[in-house]
Amino acid sequence: MFDIIIIGAGPAGLTAAIYARRAAKSVLVLEATAYGGQIINTPDIENYPVAAHISGFDFATKVYEQAKALGAEIVFEKAVEIEDHGTEKAVITAKNRYIGKALILATGSENRKLGLEKEDSLVGRGVSYCATCDGAFYRGKKVAVVGGGNTALEDALYLADLAESVTLIHRRDSFRGEEGTVARLKEKPNIHFMYNSNVTKLLAEKRLTAIEVTDRNGAVTELAVDGLFIAVGRIPENQNFAALIRLDEAGYIQAGENCHTNLPGIFTAGDNRTKEVRQLVTATADGAVAATEAVKYIAALS
Amino acid sequence: MAIIPVTYEHFEEEVLKSDLPVLADFNADWCGPCRMLAPILEQIAEERSDCKVVSINVDDESELAEQFEVSSIPCVVLFKGGKEAARSVGLRPKEALEGLLGEN
Ligand SMILES: Cc1cc2nc3c(=O)[nH]c(=O)nc-3n(C[C@H](O)[C@H](O)[C@H](O)COP(=O)(O)OP(=O)(O)OC[C@H]3O[C@@H](n4cnc5c(N)ncnc54)[C@H](O)[C@@H]3O)c2cc1C
Repeated sequence: MFDIIIIGAGPAGLTAAIYARRAAKSVLVLEATAYGGQIINTPDIENYPVAAHISGFDFATKVYEQAKALGAEIVFEKAVEIEDHGTEKAVITAKNRYIGKALILATGSENRKLGLEKEDSLVGRGVSYCATCDGAFYRGKKVAVVGGGNTALEDALYLADLAESVTLIHRRDSFRGEEGTVARLKEKPNIHFMYNSNVTKLLAEKRLTAIEVTDRNGAVTELAVDGLFIAVGRIPENQNFAALIRLDEAGYIQAGENCHTNLPGIFTAGDNRTKEVRQLVTATADGAVAATEAVKYIAALS
Repeated sequence: MAIIPVTYEHFEEEVLKSDLPVLADFNADWCGPCRMLAPILEQIAEERSDCKVVSINVDDESELAEQFEVSSIPCVVLFKGGKEAARSVGLRPKEALEGLLGEN
């Protein structure tokens, strides 16, 4: 049995692991994909105190190594279900069942999909949700980015320096992203814009070969591309806990600054809870609070 | 088993002549996604006795990278009986890498 099981090795979960280990608790962190969470999507973080410039990968790797060095056990398995048995909580994965005294749910958010046929099977074969991870595979190639927020704009800028051409497809006629970024985009000669348009079909053989784009008037164009980067927002990853944990209408875990959920001994941290500001500094702050609350809860058990 | 670092000199012996299937991780120190993939591969290496995991640094072993046409990393190549049986490019979850072993 572990003292604390943390679900999610993003900034919130790994910070919780650091605090829990420094309080001498045994810690298991379960991670569904790779450590680091969504911050690996950005090539440059400029707003985290002390680190004026740091890449998402470096940030993720540093916090991972810090948690690991303090003795947190990190296992790459996805939590598919949780159970509350009072003083014991269970986390179920495809292969194992882990028992802990307290749980911290730090599952962040996941990429929203377009919902097109073949979208899942083409991931890694031309479809990507992470320009900084996969951009290098498209050096000299033709790519498209779909979305209109900051992530889509930054992806397009990043890819413009690698790819031959970047087509930015947005369903509205103007961008929601920061104005400075929009201005920089318009200066790049190899970025093309398609406004008032949606991606409506993925064409593929073994890999993605083209996409079908439909505009507001129903006009359909086929665009030959080697890669499509999807940046249409993120949704909280709490479906697996919905049976026990109270969520709001948008799917976020209902919790205040103390990171308590509706169940004693089950805490939340980071982007997956109801809050105003979803950033690294608030995710790591939550990690510290949730771990401290979990330690207090465990102390009160005995 | 731990991950075995492999150089050009030992490649034939460790990979091509291996009795077990080999997952060869082509990586580099400067490659962020490669660093993130490493602990996942480490876990596969520790958990499974039916395969071997080796690590090849493409900067130091450019002959090997060229020979196997590894142009983008991270790239994990599955070798079976001295031949490439499958490959996975990019940062992929553990199941995808285990899937390589399962399907091939
Ligand atoms: C493109 C982009 C740029 C950004 N830039 C900045 C910036 O410059 N500055 C800033 O402060 N913030 C930035 N952010 C926001 C910041 O990344 C997030 O606020 C932060 O990562 C939230 O951390 P988290 O740990 O709560 O969640 P996440 O980072 O989402 O991590 C959650 C982790 O949990 C895992 N997980 C989910 N479900 C399960 C499960 N069932 N079982 C096991 N594991 C699971 C996920 O795989 C993931 O690794 C950016 C975000 C994006 C997308």
